[in-house]
Amino acid sequence: MKNKFLGDMKKTTKNNIFTLAICFIAFCVVTTMIMTGSASRHMKSLLVPICINIILTVSLNLVIGFLGELSLGHAGFMSVGAYTGCLFSIYFEEILPIIVRLPLAILFGGLCAAVFGIIVGVPVLRLKGDYLAIVTLAFGEILRSVMINLEFTGGASGLKGTPQDSSFNLGFICVVITLILIMNLVDSKHGRAIMALRDNSIAASAVGINTNKYKLMVFTISAFFAGVAGVIYGHNYSIVTAGTFDYNKSIEILVMVVLGGIGNIRGSVISATFITILPEMLRGYALDDYRMLIYAVVLIVMMLLGTSEKFMFLRYKFSPKRLWSKTKNEVKLRKENI
Amino acid sequence: MALRHKASRKMVSLPTRAIIPEGDVDKRPILETHHLGIDFGGLTAVDDLTLAVGPTEICGLIGPNGAGKTTVFNLLTSVYQPTRGTILIDGYDTKGKTSAQVNKLGIARTFQNIRLFSNMSVIDNVKIGLHNNVRTNILSSFTHSFGYSNVEKVAEQRARELLSFFGMDNLRNTQAGALPYGAQRRLEIVRALATNPGILLLDEPAAGMNPSETVELMENIRRIRDTFQIAVMLIEHDMNLVMGICEGICVLNYGKIIAKGTPDEIKANPKVIEAYLGKKAGN
Repeated sequence: MKNKFLGDMKKTTKNNIFTLAICFIAFCVVTTMIMTGSASRHMKSLLVPICINIILTVSLNLVIGFLGELSLGHAGFMSVGAYTGCLFSIYFEEILPIIVRLPLAILFGGLCAAVFGIIVGVPVLRLKGDYLAIVTLAFGEILRSVMINLEFTGGASGLKGTPQDSSFNLGFICVVITLILIMNLVDSKHGRAIMALRDNSIAASAVGINTNKYKLMVFTISAFFAGVAGVIYGHNYSIVTAGTFDYNKSIEILVMVVLGGIGNIRGSVISATFITILPEMLRGYALDDYRMLIYAVVLIVMMLLGTSEKFMFLRYKFSPKRLWSKTKNEVKLRKENI
Repeated sequence: MALRHKASRKMVSLPTRAIIPEGDVDKRPILETHHLGIDFGGLTAVDDLTLAVGPTEICGLIGPNGAGKTTVFNLLTSVYQPTRGTILIDGYDTKGKTSAQVNKLGIARTFQNIRLFSNMSVIDNVKIGLHNNVRTNILSSFTHSFGYSNVEKVAEQRARELLSFFGMDNLRNTQAGALPYGAQRRLEIVRALATNPGILLLDEPAAGMNPSETVELMENIRRIRDTFQIAVMLIEHDMNLVMGICEGICVLNYGKIIAKGTPDEIKANPKVIEAYLGKKAGN
């Protein structure tokens, strides 16, 4: 059954459209639920965090899945975005109308985070693997301490007075833009160069790919989107405290990336949604305190299952694609027999 | 080779009549090294290496195991920086340049142990080789517009042309790591050719190949030279291949050149025989 429009399209393009379609359908369903009033207040409060986490996860997946480097400072970039975006909004609240101010705040926050991405990126270009992870981890912690001790960030009590402008619609638009940009990037000349670095950096540099440039580029882009997520976060809660952006937050994003599949953007979207809802579901059973423990178990189980051949076979056996083609074949056979 | 990138300042190359190049001595060499040397701590891996390769010459670099052949390749492609001496590619000094920059000057290589981007498809591997010959900016990559599809089409077409040159067009969507060994070796050559080099370095291209595959490889190397009009320099232990296709041969032992010349001269050279087989007893 070859679709007229999808027939000669590239497989990756099809996949990307499918991912966007999933997001759009989810958006439509949720919006309908809100319109008809069947969504609880509790559920509504989770919608923006889901969008924020999707952006964070997809952007971290760019570093972990496509560049192949482990970065543990993603919450740090998010905090830069949150603080700068919120400060921007506080200063321009009276001057600019919301329709202009909010996109500008998002852009400003993202760019500031991107600058920090470059600042961190330059010294860590020579590092790989564990060492890079440690440096980025330290960067996140340093940034948090700085934010607590600075005057204009509100110190330990947090930055107050940001207008609460975030909404599910805004979050959804940002998610879609992020997804389109990152999926396009991955499926392009630059994306290929990034993946070449991951697969074999010596060979990549032997075919003329500037390794430092692309590493830095990925760090910057990833930081930009983390900053965007931070801005939305800041405008959602109206108070930004440095304590939020700690080591645990970075690990949480990492768990989402790993659970969704390293280098799998659609998986990132799904797992970010799932992990945002998970603690809320656990709350009823007094399991909320064990959240981090559950994350750890999830990580270990995913790592084990992800490389297990038997599990992969099981997955193949029960994959919808195979079952679908099987039923089709059976129908065909039956028809032929008749 | 109009696409090749040029550095801003061109060095005037020395008039050289080193034994390589044999084939086209009257033309300016594509690759020259002058008194090249590298030390690893106290160990001198390569010393006083002076040679030149003509613009359309097939030349061989041979020598016993541990003679420093791969080190020479690593020096030429700036994986290592030389301790002494200079390397000129097409007249440009490679001093202080990275591997990527040296590649842009027109030198491409394959590796002794295959280094493909094994998780990516065959055609993507070639497209990565085309990286610097395809001009797009980051904005068009992000949005897939601003002439993106045209550029991508050109890359696709060029990649497929190169693949069909080696009869690999039908394998283009296979994962590179899943290819049979011989095809992986060929793909590495295709990828190197995609960077539009002036000289191609092949590090043991026939390693692990059976005799019939080796014959095919010899044909391919000749075809590469004739079609693309580039120089090929190869390291190889298979003497049939080396003697069969090389026009000039350079023999290395303990990091030093012990002989240079045509295959026949090399075969008859007592120093070469000594390096490979040892000294005659009783002298």
